Amino acid sequence: MTWLVLAVVGSLTMVFKASGPVLLGMRELPPRVASVVEVLAPAMLAALVVTQTVGGDQEIVLDERLAGIAAGGIAVWLRAPLLAVMVVAAATAALIRLL
Amino acid sequence: MPLAIAPFLFGAAFGVLALDAGFGSVAAVAMSATTFAGSAQFAAATILEDGGGAAAAIVAALLLNARYVPLSLAVASIFPGSRKRRAVESQLIVDESWALAGRSGRFEYGVLIGAGLLLYVLWVGGTALGTVAGDLLDPDAIGLDAAFPALFLALLAPYLRERRAVLTALVAAAITIVLLPFAPPGVPIVAASLAALIGLRR
Repeated sequence: MTWLVLAVVGSLTMVFKASGPVLLGMRELPPRVASVVEVLAPAMLAALVVTQTVGGDQEIVLDERLAGIAAGGIAVWLRAPLLAVMVVAAATAALIRLL
Repeated sequence: MPLAIAPFLFGAAFGVLALDAGFGSVAAVAMSATTFAGSAQFAAATILEDGGGAAAAIVAALLLNARYVPLSLAVASIFPGSRKRRAVESQLIVDESWALAGRSGRFEYGVLIGAGLLLYVLWVGGTALGTVAGDLLDPDAIGLDAAFPALFLALLAPYLRERRAVLTALVAAAITIVLLPFAPPGVPIVAASLAALIGLRR
C-alpha cells in the first residue's frame, strides 16, 4: 500500500513540477499572460508565509511561529541578510517555546 | 546554515515517521527521492500511520503538491534546453529553491539548480539517516518552523516595490487566511494563485 501511495504521489508531483517548464518553456508569452505569471511569485510567496505562520490541520493556529515571523519581519524591514532573518525568527520562536 | 540544517532534520523526522507508518527504509528514502516535497510526504505518512487508507493519503498529498503547478508556471521561463532536460531539471523545484531563485525579484536558473540540488541531497540523506538513527533533534525545538515563513517573507519583500505586486500579495494572503479553517490543507495556497489574475489589470 505504501508503494502505491509512493508511486502515485511521486509521479503526479513530478508532472506538477514539470508543468511550467515543459508547457511554457522559454517561449515568449502573450503580454497579458506574462503579466499574470509575473505576479504569481508574490502571490505564492504571500500564501506560503500565511500557511507556514498560522496554518494547522484545517485550522488557524496561533503559536510561537507568530512571534518568530514578527521578529523576522523586523529583520527584513532593517534589511538584514536572509540568513540573519531566518536565525532571528528561529531563535525568537525557540526562546519563547523554552520559557 | 538553517537552510542546510533544516532539510536534514526534517528529512530525518520524515524517515522516523515513515517507519512508524509502515514504510520500509527503502520506501521512505524512495519517497523522498521521487516526491521531494516535505509537507506532502508528512501528510501522506501521517494519514497512513493513523490508518486512514491509501486513497486519503494520496488525495491529501496531491492537494498539497498542487501548488507546484503555479510555482512551476511562474519560474518556467528560466529553464533552457530540450523539453526532456526541462522536465528533469524542473524536479529541483521545491518551495525553498524556488523562493531563493527569485530573491533578486526575477528568477535565476543557477540559484534554482544549485539550491535545489543541495536541498535534494540533504532531504534524501536526512531521510536515510532518520530511518536508521531515529530522531536527531526536533526541528521545532530550535524554531525552524518559524525560520521558513520568515525566509518566504524576506523573499517576498523585494517584490513589494510595485503597487500591483503589493495588491496581489495582500489578496493572496487574504484568500489563504479565509480558506485555512475550511479547505483541506494545500487548497488555500492553490486558490491564492488566483490573486495573480490581478496581473490582467492594466
